[in-house]
Amino acid sequence: MEDKTFTISVYSENNVGLLNRISGIFLKRHINILSLNVSESEIENVSRFIIVVNTTEKWVQNIVGQIEKQIEVIKAFYHTDEETIYLENALFKIASGLLFDEKQIQNIIKESQSTIVTVSRDFFVISKSGRRSEIEELYAKFKPYGIMQFVRSGRISVSKEKMEISTMLEALK
Amino acid sequence: MKISGAEAVIRCLLAEGVDLVYGYPGGAIMPVYDELYKFQDQLHHVLVRHEQGATHAAQGYARATGKVGVAIATSGPGATNLVTGIADAQIDSTPMVCITGQVGKHLLGSDAFQETDIIGISTPVTKWNYQVTEASEIPEIIAKAFYIARSGRPGPVLIDITKNAQFDEFEFSYEKCTSIRSYVPVPKLKLDKVAEAAAIINSAKKPFIVFGQGIILGQAEEQLKALIEKSGIPAGWTILGLSALPTDHPLNVGMLGMHGNYGPNLLTNECDVLIALGMRFDDRVTGDLKTYAKQAKVIHFEIDPAEVDKNVKTEVAVLGDVREALNALLPLIDDNSHAAWHNEFKEKHQIEFDSVIKEELNPTNNKGISMGETIEMINKHSKGDAIMVSDVGQHQMFACRYAKFNSTKSNITSGGLGTMGFALPAAIGAKMGRPDREVVAIIGDGGFQMTIQELGTIFQTKVPVKIVVLNNEFLGMVRQWQELFFDNRYASTNMINPNFVAIAEGYYIKSKKVTQREDLDAAVAEMMASKDSYFLEVMVEKENNVFPMIPTGACVSQIRLS
Repeated sequence: MEDKTFTISVYSENNVGLLNRISGIFLKRHINILSLNVSESEIENVSRFIIVVNTTEKWVQNIVGQIEKQIEVIKAFYHTDEETIYLENALFKIASGLLFDEKQIQNIIKESQSTIVTVSRDFFVISKSGRRSEIEELYAKFKPYGIMQFVRSGRISVSKEKMEISTMLEALK
Repeated sequence: MKISGAEAVIRCLLAEGVDLVYGYPGGAIMPVYDELYKFQDQLHHVLVRHEQGATHAAQGYARATGKVGVAIATSGPGATNLVTGIADAQIDSTPMVCITGQVGKHLLGSDAFQETDIIGISTPVTKWNYQVTEASEIPEIIAKAFYIARSGRPGPVLIDITKNAQFDEFEFSYEKCTSIRSYVPVPKLKLDKVAEAAAIINSAKKPFIVFGQGIILGQAEEQLKALIEKSGIPAGWTILGLSALPTDHPLNVGMLGMHGNYGPNLLTNECDVLIALGMRFDDRVTGDLKTYAKQAKVIHFEIDPAEVDKNVKTEVAVLGDVREALNALLPLIDDNSHAAWHNEFKEKHQIEFDSVIKEELNPTNNKGISMGETIEMINKHSKGDAIMVSDVGQHQMFACRYAKFNSTKSNITSGGLGTMGFALPAAIGAKMGRPDREVVAIIGDGGFQMTIQELGTIFQTKVPVKIVVLNNEFLGMVRQWQELFFDNRYASTNMINPNFVAIAEGYYIKSKKVTQREDLDAAVAEMMASKDSYFLEVMVEKENNVFPMIPTGACVSQIRLS
């Protein structure tokens, strides 16, 4: 079985220590987490983890089972890239002078459909949402001009198929 | 009425029906010990000699009774000393609640005296853990701890309580926990899966049942017996499944796995349907997975969805409570005898008997006492009614291969983790849990010295456990591997041992050492007849090996008889 990219979604209680418990399951199998995002979900007081890993389908099945059996985990799913809508967000901090000196910068911003978050005397900040490849492409374009700071968020994603999580929680009430 | 957090801990334990706890005091847990003192007529505390002993004693108690074992320790080293027992309980699904003291909330994270992050440390080896920092959390959290430890697939829970939470007072009330919204302890049984399983079992020509501790934990011993008797299907067991079915039952065909019996291992790869009941296909059972039971349709009765298809791909998975599942399955199963198939097991047994068992039980060529014949001697005097608590190593394999058991919850051993030092404290817990039964600990000379200090607990509590040390002056199992796979290079396996009898006598435990075969019978008889604890050291042949054996990574059908 070959390695593939999987997006694991975990719905859980919002408790101290659960992140450690979940990340330990990957640690035990010596799997590197490529990206991790934790946020509120569509359900009040329920957190949602989005974890991206590169592994075999058999292992991701095992891992999802082992995550799901943690007491405070409500439900866990895994999806391939084709089964989800996903993106990442990146911030680029660039010297303000470039905006005026290098005409090309403005074109890059326009073409990449990124937005300017703020402009100050010394620097400006550009935000770009999209697939990893789009962000990497933008990075490559800015690179020759000099990037003061760069940061990219973990993947966030929603599944194309319905997740029965809301109805499941409703039934538990 | 307002009470302190520490008193609340005791009242919660009493409300959960706990009357016995194992532990060791220290700074951060002193308020709880102060309450233990006040409640000593209702809650008995056993002072062990090392916190690891508290966990193993709690495990022994839990395994012998089916109830939740409780261990208490202080922060820092007290807490970290629990970790081995917690890991053991986790991998062997033993219900246990550990309570640790912790430095005050204001000191958390400051590297205070005896502060350790026991929540971080215990997370991978607990079913659940929680740090209490406010007294008012105590009732709800302890109620959850017991519910989680005992429900579904049982396991260990650790509750860490900061010192301020033990001192602070609050309005106490207790309510048992009966559900947690994010936790499904027992998946709902699907009757269509049961029917599917029944159809496959009924059409099988060579079906084989393999059962594990799930039968004991799920209290399905009667259902298992009824199933094999109705269907005529031979049944083999994992090390933790041992004693769920009487060892002399005609359809009990023996142990699976690395040092299991010849027939059940070989025929795993010849059966057409493999019915797994409450077991998890551990690598010590399956050997090489690529060649394990590939010809068979596998039906897996299991409570933990994460175990299904983890190691072995199933044809049908019946998730849920095994007792309920077997009750639903039984009426759908056709009467059968599978006589010809059963005869294949008998033939294989004869081969194993002639080449291994006969010599083990009656050694020739002037060889010293064997471990197998010592177990057989204990069988003769216990008549299969004793609880046997074994440690880890060669003696454990001999004990599990040769011990006779008439009733369930009689075999207590460290299966998954393989924790040397388990047996002595676990035997203490088993005997305290089942004072009506004889408890015999079978220990090697290596493992005995890992928790030998618990002889002090035996002396102080006068718990009448019987201790048998099978002394071959080697770390025998490692030595066996060195002989077979490392060209006889005995790296650090030779043990120069102290005078064990003198040590036991130092604790005022009646003791005897046997070096000659002709003295074994009388010594075992004396030990079994003793009303008090008793220590028996048996000097056994130094370089005996446990066979059969499936070398690591080999296929079950490559099982070796020598």
